[in-house]
Amino acid sequence: MVHHTLSPRQYLILGLVAVSAPLGDSCLKRGMAAMPPISLAHPGALIAAVFTPWIALGIVLLIGFFASYLTALSWADLTFVLPATAFGNVIIALLSRFWLHEAISLERWAGIVLITIGVGFVAQGPPMTKKPVHEILEIEERAIAASALGEWPEPASHIDRELPR
Amino acid sequence: MTLPYPGFHFDLHHDSWVNAAMIAAVVLCSTAGEVLTAAAMKSIGDLDVIRAHSGLKGAIRAVLTCPLFLGGVSFLALAFFSLLFALNHLNLSLAGPASASLTLVTNAVAGKIFLKENVDRRRWAAAVLVCVGVYLLAH
Repeated sequence: MVHHTLSPRQYLILGLVAVSAPLGDSCLKRGMAAMPPISLAHPGALIAAVFTPWIALGIVLLIGFFASYLTALSWADLTFVLPATAFGNVIIALLSRFWLHEAISLERWAGIVLITIGVGFVAQGPPMTKKPVHEILEIEERAIAASALGEWPEPASHIDRELPR
Repeated sequence: MTLPYPGFHFDLHHDSWVNAAMIAAVVLCSTAGEVLTAAAMKSIGDLDVIRAHSGLKGAIRAVLTCPLFLGGVSFLALAFFSLLFALNHLNLSLAGPASASLTLVTNAVAGKIFLKENVDRRRWAAAVLVCVGVYLLAH
């Protein structure tokens, strides 16, 4: 499976990865801040917390994050996806600056600039490392075996093979 | 998922070795979890394509029946609880940003060694820049 460019759908998934994690964290933070201090002696309070609106919304967003994160990892390298995840913090910081009019310190602006440059570096390269042919064939063999067992209806014909000449 | 949540109780300890060990535990568990999860997703193949062939159920089953994925999720859970533990003992503004940013660099190293990813100069530079950036932004 070798993609050198990402489809609009894949950019959308990377965007979801970036935005849903910090948004989910913010919701949890907001929900937990509104709760009285919770101690481990009363775990029931933690379970009740799950059903408050902000925390429930946070959990839904984080489940969405994990689903899109796994999808992204299935067609892109870990070292490509992780900086994209970090870029979400930049988006949230900028949203809080221009939407909620929160002040951003010089230190945080420096962080925003560094993350943006870092993500720019990664985005210029290919998202997935090319696999050696024997590994691609192995994956395909396993997929064919799985499809023979009825687990998948078709062999992994989506793998773009580059056969040796 | 490494932002600290209010509502938990924080204590300050001043033994720097213990502090470093707690942050190292978070970083190691988190790196192991991310690498195992990434290896699982690479072995499964393009999820969008699997979903197109066998529907959402098929895609979910392909993920949940992968042993590497279950190992990865176990380590991510361990990382989450060790972060909560660290947050309970360390300064809030140190543990969160330090573990979040260090994980980016350890993941680049682990991605190169274990996943055989092509971590070229661009990706090394990105890992270091984003690491410092996340620390500054979250600090």
